[in-house]
Amino acid sequence: MTATTNGEPLLALHGVSKRFGAVQALAGVDFDVRAGEVVGLVGDNGAGKSTLVKVMSGIYNADEGEYRFEGEVHNVRAPSDATALGVATVYQDLALCDNLDVVANLFVGREEQSRGPARLLRSLDEASMEKQAAELLQTLTVRLPSVRQEVGTLSGGQRQSVAIARSLIGEAKVVLLDEPTAALGVAQTEQVLALIRRLREQGLGVVVISHNLANVFDVVDRIFVLRLGRKAGVYEVSETSQEEIVGAITGAEFGRNGDGERGEQATGEATR
Amino acid sequence: MSTAAATPSEPTPPATAAATPDPEEGGRFALFNRVAQGELGSMRVLLGLIVIWTIFTVANDRFLTSTNLVNLSLQIAATGMISIGVVLVLLLGEIDLSVAIVSGLCAAVMAVLCEQHGWPAIPGILAGIATGAAIGLFQGSVVTRFGIPSFVVTLAGLIGWQGALLWVLGSTGTVNITTPAIVDLAGTFFTGATAWIIAAIVVALFAVASLDARRRRLAAGLAAATPLVVAIRVAAVAVVSFGVVAVLDQDRGLPLALVILIGFVVIFDYIVRRTRFGRHILAVGGNEEAARRAGIHVTRVRIMVFVLGSSLAACGGILFASRLLAVNQSSGGSDLLLLAIAGPVIAGTSLFGGRGTVWSALLGGLVIGSISNGMDLLALPSSTKYMVTGGVLLAAVVVDAAARQRRMRSGRV
Repeated sequence: MTATTNGEPLLALHGVSKRFGAVQALAGVDFDVRAGEVVGLVGDNGAGKSTLVKVMSGIYNADEGEYRFEGEVHNVRAPSDATALGVATVYQDLALCDNLDVVANLFVGREEQSRGPARLLRSLDEASMEKQAAELLQTLTVRLPSVRQEVGTLSGGQRQSVAIARSLIGEAKVVLLDEPTAALGVAQTEQVLALIRRLREQGLGVVVISHNLANVFDVVDRIFVLRLGRKAGVYEVSETSQEEIVGAITGAEFGRNGDGERGEQATGEATR
Repeated sequence: MSTAAATPSEPTPPATAAATPDPEEGGRFALFNRVAQGELGSMRVLLGLIVIWTIFTVANDRFLTSTNLVNLSLQIAATGMISIGVVLVLLLGEIDLSVAIVSGLCAAVMAVLCEQHGWPAIPGILAGIATGAAIGLFQGSVVTRFGIPSFVVTLAGLIGWQGALLWVLGSTGTVNITTPAIVDLAGTFFTGATAWIIAAIVVALFAVASLDARRRRLAAGLAAATPLVVAIRVAAVAVVSFGVVAVLDQDRGLPLALVILIGFVVIFDYIVRRTRFGRHILAVGGNEEAARRAGIHVTRVRIMVFVLGSSLAACGGILFASRLLAVNQSSGGSDLLLLAIAGPVIAGTSLFGGRGTVWSALLGGLVIGSISNGMDLLALPSSTKYMVTGGVLLAAVVVDAAARQRRMRSGRV
């Protein structure tokens, strides 16, 4: 969690293409997210949202294009490369272990071992992990009955919050959220949106993929629309409307003559 | 994850600083739900044990005598040892049907080396355990490399290793054990002062561990168990430890085999609950995909668990051979497999992975052993014994599956 300055993009992709056999999933897409900014990534099914996120999280290697993090070009070949840079991903299925408690889930895969004499017994440092977990959840104002509660017993919104909080253990600078509010009730959705705003306050770059435009308008600063694997436009939330975004997503002509046109050349750049 | 009763030293989980009780979480019925959902499996099994002991004591007043309890502890030592390995495999959500026959095969390897080739006891025992480790490595590699259900791979093992056992034993089909050090494993009893000192050491270690955990939590500024709670826990462990010694000391004494079993249970319980490797076992058992994404080397964890499972089976087989003073063609056969798997499941370790404790190997072994021992005292025929044991296992599995269904219905997996 670092400084909250806008300006230089934290994570930027330039001219990214990805092809699966005959399907051109992404064609020359530019994308960027800055510190302290929430970017919504929207598009119809098959528009390439998931592919783009998987390129950012290192699951897919782009066929072409440049991956820049904090201004430098990086060769991201595996999820661990992206994690090492500080790009954390929260998948739609949350990837939580329901049989483990909140602390164990937050630290799974990077458990801390005790120092001092207990080190010889290779004992986990539960006290330290629990303390950090409680502090982290408190800064995010995530409310849970207990950090020692089994994750399986938590509500959907609480589970989503734990999954997001987990991405912040370690030094995440960019968090990618895949459909964070799908399958949540109204109150729980509000919890998660509030959490996303707090991530922004902490100076992280946040990318939210969502089908729910109302949610997107609620929380994001910029909206990035993908259509058929191409960038269909970038819009400042304050200067656009849901109708315009729907138009960009579907490619319909009724989109108001805004700054975001469809098509390859329409790198509308409404933002800069 | 951790269950009540026999699991030592974990202070009661405190609420976080940020904690406000969520209205969705049940208040009054929380405890009932947890028992019903199988999370307090150890509590359930202790109650079951009391019922079973009461029934058999009423039916036959020799059941609760020191002599019989020494017999009982010898009977469960070998099975319990195999069950520890079964628990590890079950925690992964896998199963190993070859443990019983592997225990027989590894004991046969040890017996042949020591009795027919003149090996000293220690290298012979190590060779037996190494055989188990190699078998686990092989089966675990096949399961992970080809993605075959462990149930099928180890079923093939069940038959294949039976053949290997017959081959190792050769034409005579039986090897008697006379090597003193091996005979001593099940033939040594601690009496008087030695037994009491062992119990005192157990209590002292538990007290030190509890106080250390408390000290570290306080140092980190977390809520910790009050001194009274720590004192009550230590007192409970003291009552059980000294009680066991007091009872067994009236007969032959505290069996070495029981000490070995409890030692292994404590060590593996520690590994599962307190080390990174154990945490990774639970994570893989809970959600393999999540574990993989978290950077856990899933394949390595699974192979390691199969290696440990078969190695512990070998240790159990060696204890068995020591008690029976022989290895023969029926070693590792009969109902040993059923008992070794039934024990942990009865005591609350889930067949679906991720939930259970190493203590369930000991507690479940005690339940199954008590039923079997009690029915022997009543001189019931084998037909009845098999049917009762099968019924108890079925009941335990139904309880486990019902608990899982209830969890899924309340939106949990």
